[in-house]
Amino acid sequence: MSTALTLVAATTGTSTGDDWWHRLFSFEDYGELLGLVHNSLVAGAVLGLVGGLVGVFVMQRDLAFAVHGISELSFAGAAAALLFSVDVVLGSVLGSVLAAVVIGLLGTRARDRNSIIGVLMPFGLGLGVLCLSLYPGRAANKFGLLTGQIVAVDDTRLGLLVAISAVVVAGLLVIWRPLTFASVDPDVAAARGVPTRALSFAFMLLLGLAVALAVQVVGALLVLSLLITPAAAATRISASPVWVPVLSVVFAVGSAVGGILLALGGNVPISPYVTTISFAIYVVCRLVGNRRTRRGWSRRTVTAA
Amino acid sequence: MSAAPESAPLDLRSATLSYGERTVWSGLDLRLARGEFLTVLGPNGSGKTSLLRTILGLQPLTSGALSIMGRPARRGSRDVGYIPQQRLIDPATPVRARDLVRMGIDGDRWGPGRRSHRARVDELLASVGASAYADAPLGLLSGGEQQRVRIAQALATQPAILLCDEPLLSLDLRHQHEVTALIDQTRRATGTAVVFVTHEINPVLPYTDRVLYLAPAGHAVGSPDDVLTSTHLSTLYGTPVEVLRSQGRVIIVGGDDDHHHHPDEADS
Repeated sequence: MSTALTLVAATTGTSTGDDWWHRLFSFEDYGELLGLVHNSLVAGAVLGLVGGLVGVFVMQRDLAFAVHGISELSFAGAAAALLFSVDVVLGSVLGSVLAAVVIGLLGTRARDRNSIIGVLMPFGLGLGVLCLSLYPGRAANKFGLLTGQIVAVDDTRLGLLVAISAVVVAGLLVIWRPLTFASVDPDVAAARGVPTRALSFAFMLLLGLAVALAVQVVGALLVLSLLITPAAAATRISASPVWVPVLSVVFAVGSAVGGILLALGGNVPISPYVTTISFAIYVVCRLVGNRRTRRGWSRRTVTAA
Repeated sequence: MSAAPESAPLDLRSATLSYGERTVWSGLDLRLARGEFLTVLGPNGSGKTSLLRTILGLQPLTSGALSIMGRPARRGSRDVGYIPQQRLIDPATPVRARDLVRMGIDGDRWGPGRRSHRARVDELLASVGASAYADAPLGLLSGGEQQRVRIAQALATQPAILLCDEPLLSLDLRHQHEVTALIDQTRRATGTAVVFVTHEINPVLPYTDRVLYLAPAGHAVGSPDDVLTSTHLSTLYGTPVEVLRSQGRVIIVGGDDDHHHHPDEADS
């Protein structure tokens, strides 16, 4: 964690004399800045959509740790791409899909899966750190991979991000019902002929793509804030198969876009804004959810959600 | 559902299942009638779960024939309903009782699904007396309530045969009685045949038409009174087994089963 903090400090270290509040929040020339980050806002919104939907299944399938593991490998891929002057998105997609495939193939049981992730994750981080130390370019490029960046999205990259998102969302829609069945009720799903193994593998691939997307916007260290927190918050206040994904997407888009908008004038990476908003949403949902559980889930209170 | 009169919910002819060298059961002949309640007993590893897997089309027979309503067993057949052991579901899992039942209707289809089948789901939940908690998250329901919902789910396709894989495990006595009585009502109301796999005969004894006893040295099919005798079971086990009857309950002493509850069988 301390490395992450020094990294943040390094990216922002130019203006140590300024008031820290001004570094966090500043809305001077906001209109002009907004024009500059138009692409990032679109990327944030698209990522929110993908993260919110994928997160629902990550929760159902208990894959939070896998998300974290995949994101470190994605970071390694991106760092390697930076070093070898290949497209960073490509490197990050390769890294995370590779990790997702390995976890999907070797970790069919939860305990196997967690140990495999525990083995892969430090290896990925180490690899990434190695590539970054060998990389001669600008420091901001490096740290953006870990903690997120807002201005790095040009039109080509945006096109790539949107295309990947479209693949993930379309893939999820196709396997939505059987994947839900296999996640919530695996025994009966298998008995009803649902190909649970194949679905699990397909989902790992989609998850790998989604993580690679998230790494581009919030950075590898904070992927969980868009892939877990919004869905976790949504499941606190609803159990409906319609409302949970809808709320999860709303929370994720709100955190990503809101984070970018707040980060705009400040001199700090985007991720603290995104993570703080998504955490605040979770806390509120948790409090609301607790009240509801205490009152009991009757027919009336639930349909009101 | 509109099957010819000669097609039985389940018809096994000299069915044999082996894993490599080991024969699990062989020469199994069994034909179920509509609405018949078959209880499957036997020690761990005797192939009770494997039998269910063959009926579900997940495990092919080594030899012999198996048909369901006159057709060969097929993975995902809508003629077969399945009720598993009660499994702990995390209270935070976003699935309500009605969602589980809906999965029984169309959970195996591709796409997000446009129809919610609300009327059908309500009807199924009402048929098992689960309407009151239709909208509650499954993880907040008691074990008995969860099994009621599972029965509704299994009935969603109007199956000709209902497979129950140790559905009473981890339920207390009162809920065991409720669930077995409900399964009995269901087969009388819908005519679905029941194959009930259990370690514990007594909760289902009043409803059982026939027993299939799978044991290391063979198997036996017949009425509970015929099959559950000291001589019969001693032959099946190859060691002395004593069957005691007391106040309508059956107690089996000996064999290697001892009625411990082991959720998984060594059959893979």
